[in-house]
Amino acid sequence: MGATSTVRETTRAEIEEFLYEEAALLDAWRLREWLALLTDDATYEIPSTDAPDGDSRTSLFIVADNIERIRSRVNQLLGKAAWAENPPSRTRRLISNVRILAVDGNTIRVTANFVVYRMRVEQVDTYVGRYEYTLVRRDGALRIQRRRAILDLEALRPHGKVSILL
Amino acid sequence: MEQETLENLVRDNRNAGLFRVHRSVFTDPRILDLERRRIFEQCWVYAGHTSELPQPGDFLTRRVAGRSLILVRSADGVVRVLLNTCTHRGAQVCRESCGNTKTFQCFYHAWTFDTDGRLIGVPGEDAYSAAFDREELRLASPPRVEIYRDFIFVSFAPAIEPLVTYLAGAKEYLDLVCDQSEAGMEIVTGTQAYSMRANWKLLVENSIDGYHARTTHQRYLEFLVETGVDPERVRRRRRGIGKALGNGHALIQTEPLSGRPIAQWTPMFGEAKRAELEAIHQKLVERFGAELAHQMTQTSRNLLIFPNLIVNDIMAITVRTFFPISPDYIEINAWALAPRDESADNRALRLDNFLTFLGPGGFATPDDVEALESCQRGFANREVGWSDISRGMERAQPMADDELQMRAFWRQWHALMRGVPRAVASAPDAVALQR
Repeated sequence: MGATSTVRETTRAEIEEFLYEEAALLDAWRLREWLALLTDDATYEIPSTDAPDGDSRTSLFIVADNIERIRSRVNQLLGKAAWAENPPSRTRRLISNVRILAVDGNTIRVTANFVVYRMRVEQVDTYVGRYEYTLVRRDGALRIQRRRAILDLEALRPHGKVSILL
Repeated sequence: MEQETLENLVRDNRNAGLFRVHRSVFTDPRILDLERRRIFEQCWVYAGHTSELPQPGDFLTRRVAGRSLILVRSADGVVRVLLNTCTHRGAQVCRESCGNTKTFQCFYHAWTFDTDGRLIGVPGEDAYSAAFDREELRLASPPRVEIYRDFIFVSFAPAIEPLVTYLAGAKEYLDLVCDQSEAGMEIVTGTQAYSMRANWKLLVENSIDGYHARTTHQRYLEFLVETGVDPERVRRRRRGIGKALGNGHALIQTEPLSGRPIAQWTPMFGEAKRAELEAIHQKLVERFGAELAHQMTQTSRNLLIFPNLIVNDIMAITVRTFFPISPDYIEINAWALAPRDESADNRALRLDNFLTFLGPGGFATPDDVEALESCQRGFANREVGWSDISRGMERAQPMADDELQMRAFWRQWHALMRGVPRAVASAPDAVALQR
């Protein structure tokens, strides 16, 4: 299949719909279905709060997962021994300010703002920041190739951890 | 607090082999008040690493022991620590987290200080009397500042012994970390700045606790097996020792299950790395001899430098420090320490290996946070007064999954809290006596 045959106009509505569906899967802990949205070379990163533009090869991150690590993370979260999420948190994600930054063939670079609330043990922790996505169109469907959550927080305080998928 | 109450906070019964800590030490605000005066102001506390200030004029601001500090490399290249408050009326003279500067200017009235702390500018100085002395009004420093192998410590106790004496038996283990590169070690960019809704001493215990790994970190051990580590090795009880190092410093040293970027290969690193890591190991053998090189590369260490510095040389090296904000809340900063001359590939591998376990998004630290917060919530049951820290008390050489290293911390903590002068609390035979 030639690249041109799969290229079609990418609209913000389509991207928004995709991100909202993703957020709904994560909030519902339907993590295996979420995994199916990722490409086989996907990455998931959260830079440290004082190095938000860092590269995980040269600066210390909070999360810098390749696809194997992501799959393992999901298995752990769905198992019993991820104590920080057993019993699991409730989460609610608000995704907004979705912008398409660039479209290059089947590759779409997107940014969006997020507020993720995590509720557990009668505490509410609020994660605020911005996503950077690289999405690719495979056989007509969008897939996530790169997913970086850049926190605006100056520190993970009082959150203490990012044990959910942010 | 009454002396009698303080005397009874720790029950150290060596005859019966029982060690108990009263749980009020984790919850009582009066204890925290006293800790501020008798622990955090009477010890050397870690403030930063000289590698964070590579160039003259580089500075960073940091909260240490409740103070607002500026760490700066002055124009003459000397690393200094300044108290971040204008000597005029109190505003912080530096409100950036880090940067490079020639001066610190207070924005309130524009008093200006150089990077040595000297007052070099006072608008309208003619309005002051002849007694107005710029030298007296320089930025203050903590009473004592000393650096050991690039680790910058401050103390608010003017008469405290030199840092190197204070480090006691911890020195050789810190050396074992610092000697990993001839070029020296550096803090990697990126701070894991997080917190815990738990008492600071719970994190001390947890950071040197070999007993909880198999249960709390079950998912990490399963992850290791996924990456190709022999399940038999993971299942076997790990050899290791716990040690009291004097002055409340303590250590566990174990046989690692994960690989170590300083020359212990594991399948996750990939076959191509095997020879390279072996070459690093060989170089360390040439520098230090086989035995020390083996210890450096093939064993892991969790080192506590009393009261609140953790240097864990495990699947990577983390430098972690934390301060109590309230009895049930602490702020934690953790960094990665690495050889300055490490190849780009090995640096990437080190940081990747770090994140498998460590930090607020790792496969282990979040579960530690959960465990300690759960302890703190459990302490609401005041009917259960005591925590038990007796494990391995009757063993001649306690193992890494015993609790000697925690008792070492608690004995020093208790001595200082009771008001025993530090020189007595840290007498050399205190090490030999501890079990």
